[in-house]
Amino acid sequence: MEKLRYERPIIRRLDSEMPNKFGMRTDYRPTTQIDGVPVKSLIDKFGSPLFVISEKVLRSQYRKARKAFTTRYPKVQFAWSYKTNYISAVCNVFHQEGSWAEVVSGFEFQKALGNGVKGSKIIFNGPDKSEEDLEMAIQHNALIHIDHLEELYTLTELAERHNTKPRVAIRVNMDTGVYPMWDRFGFNYENGQAWDALNKILHSGRLELVGLHCHIGTFMLSAQAYAVAAGKLAELAIGVQRKFNHTIKYIDMGGGFTSRNTLKGAYLPGTDTNPSFDDYAEAITTALLNADFSSEFLPTLVLETGRALVDDAGYILGTVISNKRSSKGKRITIVDIGVNLMFTSFWYDHKVTPAQEFTQYTEDTTLNGPLCMNIDVLRESVSLPLLNKGDNIVVHSVGAYNMTQWMQFITLRPAVVMIDNDGNPHIIREKENLNSVNGQERIPNHLDHFEL
Amino acid sequence: MIRKKLNIAVTGLNAIDSPGPGVAVIRGLLEAKSFDTNIIGLAYESLEPGIYMHNLVSKTYQVPYPSAGVDNLLSRLEYIHHKEHLDVIIPNFDAELYSYIKIEDDLKAMGINVFLPTMTQLEERQKINLFDFGQKYGIRVPKSKAIFEISEIYDLQKEFEMPVVVKGKFYDAGVASNIDQVKSLYKKISNKWGLPIIIQEFISGTEFNITGLGDGKGNTIAAVPMRKQYITDKGKAWGGISIADQTMLDLTYHFVSSTKWRGGFELELMKDKNNEFNLLEINPRMPAWIYLAVGVGQNIPEALVQMALGDKVTPFTTYSIGKMFIRYAWDMIVDISEFQKISTTGEL
Amino acid sequence: MRIKKSIAISESGFMFNPITGESFTVNPIGFEIIQMINDGLESAQIIETICKKYQIDPQTFDKDLTDFTGMLDNHHLSQHHDQEEA
Ligand SMILES: Cc1ncc(COP(=O)(O)O)c(C=O)c1O
Repeated sequence: MEKLRYERPIIRRLDSEMPNKFGMRTDYRPTTQIDGVPVKSLIDKFGSPLFVISEKVLRSQYRKARKAFTTRYPKVQFAWSYKTNYISAVCNVFHQEGSWAEVVSGFEFQKALGNGVKGSKIIFNGPDKSEEDLEMAIQHNALIHIDHLEELYTLTELAERHNTKPRVAIRVNMDTGVYPMWDRFGFNYENGQAWDALNKILHSGRLELVGLHCHIGTFMLSAQAYAVAAGKLAELAIGVQRKFNHTIKYIDMGGGFTSRNTLKGAYLPGTDTNPSFDDYAEAITTALLNADFSSEFLPTLVLETGRALVDDAGYILGTVISNKRSSKGKRITIVDIGVNLMFTSFWYDHKVTPAQEFTQYTEDTTLNGPLCMNIDVLRESVSLPLLNKGDNIVVHSVGAYNMTQWMQFITLRPAVVMIDNDGNPHIIREKENLNSVNGQERIPNHLDHFEL
Repeated sequence: MIRKKLNIAVTGLNAIDSPGPGVAVIRGLLEAKSFDTNIIGLAYESLEPGIYMHNLVSKTYQVPYPSAGVDNLLSRLEYIHHKEHLDVIIPNFDAELYSYIKIEDDLKAMGINVFLPTMTQLEERQKINLFDFGQKYGIRVPKSKAIFEISEIYDLQKEFEMPVVVKGKFYDAGVASNIDQVKSLYKKISNKWGLPIIIQEFISGTEFNITGLGDGKGNTIAAVPMRKQYITDKGKAWGGISIADQTMLDLTYHFVSSTKWRGGFELELMKDKNNEFNLLEINPRMPAWIYLAVGVGQNIPEALVQMALGDKVTPFTTYSIGKMFIRYAWDMIVDISEFQKISTTGEL
Repeated sequence: MRIKKSIAISESGFMFNPITGESFTVNPIGFEIIQMINDGLESAQIIETICKKYQIDPQTFDKDLTDFTGMLDNHHLSQHHDQEEA
């Protein structure tokens, strides 16, 4: 006789203040497969934990975003924000779709070149560009987005020295009515810094001013803020046109669109409340189209969308190590996914689903990772079905920032697998091995030997 | 003429000392002249009293909290609709309106009607937007300002006279009579509810409320003003009386016509020492005291259902003045088997 | 150990303690275990029965059973042989 699936016994007291889920459908269904590939087979083959990226979702997110903008505005260009996820296979999906590259360091710049992106299609952002970085960017005819005056002076000097005219834009920060205001990067709009910088560039004649850039924040819950920002950049572009008869070729609105994640402390889930690509596109394109551009001088709209394109395509699969009870009687489930792999668990209440069928019985659970640290909490409190040791879980929408900000700590970092459009899994980043760590280390001679 | 029988689902069945409007709404529906009603209760918790009022509610289903997301809500409603063939749903909690507005079209496609404010109307009246709302529509609201940093508190003295009300984004409020108290409330409330903190001019006076119904085109279908007579320590009216204040009615007509408000609402007003009405809050639904409106001749729940069904409704023009509502608590005797049933099956 | 005589348990897994007025629910396997406890089965027998019927190893189930009976104790629903009904 076939044995039945086991579920551990539980008892719950019915309190008036306790939301009562008994007898009702639970809030979610199991995630037994991703793009047709069984979760169990992925873990059997590639180990646990495991990052999984859906190529299908990457492409469909990109196309959705592109469509939202191109149906509303004639000239649109996306530039893949490398820092969000710079695993080359991921970048190349976006490059195949037509995205340029947006980088913020010499390392990212070289990675983009290595992936085959032409220098003239690389946008170079960020406050920390060394002289060598800038020379490399000039040499490749990249689009250099100037962050501060020191950079402007260095760049002018380099232009003189090499007798070239680098293509530049300035980054502008501004009040869009949203808190916190990202006023640390770029030149401020309200106090006139931005206008001053533009004047310096155009009077010097050493740099070719091609664009205006802003990045007003990340995970922006208000589409309206983009309308304000686009309006202010348009204002500057029109000012430049009037005063210098110089045409700004593009307006770059940066990134910052939300994914489907739910911010900690939010009452309603992000899937219900977060703006869609259409909402953002409507706000931005309306502001640009309503500005005083004559149609021949309408600038190209550049977008450096990161999170919103990649987050929902990423999953991390894990395995239950143990079930415990806290001293106060609360259920604790320990899984093999630590916060060192899921940096974003500090910001989001990530959706977690079991990878196998379950009943309607749930327990209020704290989901902990395996690190020997108190902060290793994936979910403080989540109503989960009864998971057994060895059961698998799927954490959703982890594609953005986790695979670039992850830390190697205590154990080695897991493999990353991409499932292609036909449902074939490919390793796109190998699981680390001892040599990934030891290979970088050097032992001074006098520390080479010891006896115990 | 045979009257049609409507299956109407109603939420907000809690009738404790800070009651939901559900039970009062149901009483209005059962007294409707234009249709017969079969009431389906939608409950979140198994101790909401309305669940056990079998003379009012024929069957109750538990529904997922709004925090579970609209997909879960929709699939639960599909299940309930399959069993009960709902004609109309009347959501009565602020916290669930966002979700119901979001699924309005899906419900319509299933054949379920609602009559709710638009998303813009819902957002515009949020506490944090109320000051702009007042400016935009020329309605007197207390001066208020959202602040994000504790250092902004020092500038407040230029703009506000003490005392001020310090409010959280969604909940919680306190009155502060000096900067130090503002600071301590700022910390206390922002720790709990996050930023911003809203600083509002403190207005002393007498509280008045008005409930009504807008048709979404700018016409006021119903409006009944009330003066609170007895207020609980939670600030809820435990008794009130219908009054004939033309200024309040005019303010309401202005509110409805300028916002094109759709659905039920309640305006919370404070009459200050200069005899001016200040709008403190707009509740985007019928209030718990809605049965007073029914009792004075304006069956707002009935009219709301008719509007939801697309029927033509003649605006109410009169109501009896000087009628009071006096709320009382009522102990029902319920067998544990009923509690067991709703607790284990989610239906009763 | 056994469940206090005064505690009413229904087929649906609903438990009511008439002395304290508290209500509880247990899932089907919890209900099975409570019945076995009431039939006087010892832990070892319960473990054997469950592990025969379900896909679970004795060590894991032993731990879950200890946790479950611990919660029954915690909620004052059980009584040990040497105790009088409280
Ligand atoms: C300049 C710039 N562009 C684009 C991005 C991508 O932002 P997001 O992932 O929020 O879309 C960032 C992220 O910080 C950024 O700094």
